[in-house]
Amino acid sequence: MSHYEAPIREPLILGDKSYHDISNDIAAPIEGKANKWWWTVFIIALIAFLWGIGAITYTIGTGIGVWGLNNKINWAWDITNFVWWIGIGHAGTLISAVLLLFRQKWRMGINRSAEAMTIFAVFQAGLFPIIHMGRVWNGYWTMPIPNQFGSLWTNFNSPLLWDVFAISTYLSVSVVFWYTGLLPDFAMIRDRATKPFQKKIYKLLSFGWTGRAKDWQRFEEVSLVLAGLATPLVLSVHTIVSFDFATSVIPGWHSTVYPPYFVAGAVFSGFAMVQTLLIIMRKVSNLEAYITRVHIENMNKVILVTGGIVMVAYMSEFFVGWYSGSSYEDFTYLSVGAATGPYWWAFWALIFCNGIFPQLLWIKKLRTSYTFSFIAALIINTGMWFERFDIIVINLSRGHLPSTWTQFEPTFVDIGIFMGTIGFFFVLFLLYARTFPAVAQAEVKSILKSSGDGFKRARDNK
Amino acid sequence: MSNKVIHALYDDDDVLLKAVKDVREANHPIEEVYTPFPVHGLEKAMGLKDTRIAITSFIYGLMGLGFAVWMMNYMMIQDWPQNIGGKPSFSFAENMPAFVPIMFELTVFFAAHLMVITFYMRSKIGPFVKASNPDPRTTDDKFLMEVTVKGDEKELVDFLSQTGAIETKIVEKES
Repeated sequence: MSHYEAPIREPLILGDKSYHDISNDIAAPIEGKANKWWWTVFIIALIAFLWGIGAITYTIGTGIGVWGLNNKINWAWDITNFVWWIGIGHAGTLISAVLLLFRQKWRMGINRSAEAMTIFAVFQAGLFPIIHMGRVWNGYWTMPIPNQFGSLWTNFNSPLLWDVFAISTYLSVSVVFWYTGLLPDFAMIRDRATKPFQKKIYKLLSFGWTGRAKDWQRFEEVSLVLAGLATPLVLSVHTIVSFDFATSVIPGWHSTVYPPYFVAGAVFSGFAMVQTLLIIMRKVSNLEAYITRVHIENMNKVILVTGGIVMVAYMSEFFVGWYSGSSYEDFTYLSVGAATGPYWWAFWALIFCNGIFPQLLWIKKLRTSYTFSFIAALIINTGMWFERFDIIVINLSRGHLPSTWTQFEPTFVDIGIFMGTIGFFFVLFLLYARTFPAVAQAEVKSILKSSGDGFKRARDNK
Repeated sequence: MSNKVIHALYDDDDVLLKAVKDVREANHPIEEVYTPFPVHGLEKAMGLKDTRIAITSFIYGLMGLGFAVWMMNYMMIQDWPQNIGGKPSFSFAENMPAFVPIMFELTVFFAAHLMVITFYMRSKIGPFVKASNPDPRTTDDKFLMEVTVKGDEKELVDFLSQTGAIETKIVEKES
């Protein structure tokens, strides 16, 4: 069997690794003890999470009135955070599904963590619409189940219901895709575990995976078909989220560019979040040999492309709004009115963070720098939060009737819930990093001979 | 009835692939091969049939689509038609565009989940299933070939060692 790969392609696995070394490296964070850094970050995240639980309890106990919403701005941080998190939750499936279909080998070093991140982000996203219902205990009303009202069914014409279906399908399919990929890796840890409790847990988690030839054949077919299904699925989810806005009649929301532009924005922010997490993780979990400069640079390239799409969408929205000559279009979130009005800071934060700053990634030196990539990722994450804030709050702050014009002021509860979800997200991710194989080791082993540094060098020097 | 098998352990995928071909050529039946990662070309070398799991997924997808159409038609058009926002629900054809997102989502939902369940059932994996790989090293870096003993035991062991096996073990298998 030929393992040839062009010498010009940079190795994806650094150092002289053998199959056994890969097992050791991936199992090390699970078998070892957590260090001080892990505990510090975990405790901070846990405190934020608990604060969030407090804020959520207060909201449910008292009512949505404890938020800063008012008559005109009836959606604000909650839906901003919802769209932000769901957008972040797009990168994982994109990496594991779309890049699988395109046969991009660099996906294998990062897909596991990216998918974990996706799932945890979708959890956070799902919280917001549920809390926003006010009466959370009636949340099951969004499901089309026979009930005592007649039966009064759900309204299948509503984009909000499409959301329920899209997000639950996306979450469940992502979990299954992720978990099926985890089976061989859990089995690897099971078969090397020495502590009885650990062995028991991984025995259970690995579902009795043995690695028979027929199982692998099915495994690969299932992965391919799931990738084929998940690719349109991931595009549909943010398309449907954008329908929440695009099918309404609010100026600034009622826009046909929303679906593609939301999807590009989601990939943009999702990759930024993957960068944020993996740049830290490769250091903390000693995965430098598997998550390399090549991975970081490739992700930066995706960020650059999707950031460009988003920027073109901003410009076309701005231009069309201005060109229409309609006075109602002069207070939408991308307009002269927004740039100079009371929300000028939010407008310019968006333009700077998403439009101007990421252009620095055109410079190869910056694009391949870990520190710069990390800073860029944080700035993009901020920018994408502002995008949703602008879409929701700026558009709602100015209506057809000037007497309703108002501003939004978040309360400590709004802030608490948002911080709480960030804490919850990190709590989940940190627990994951200590208990799950953070790199898809079985897949990485299958490319070791073609893309491993040691093998490549041996072959090229022959 | 019990029958004897030989477990031949290899430490390289390329050696294994060559060995599988040689063993089959020498007409020794290969019971099973355990590998730590998918070895490309192994299923061809072993002569495994193509998996039909993708076809099941397609059928499940059609079921999902059918279910979505039936469900929305029943709930919105037949059982309780309502005039929502000036968009009356009195005919499926006229309302269909609004149903497309959920038709799509349920197609994917059924195709993905039922296919994975089929995979788990066919490969006999699932919660509380005991792993049956004969050597724990096969999930790490070793490859194990299980060959049925037919004829001379000693000769087969020698033959397997020649193909590059680093260890061979004769096992009585209950079946």
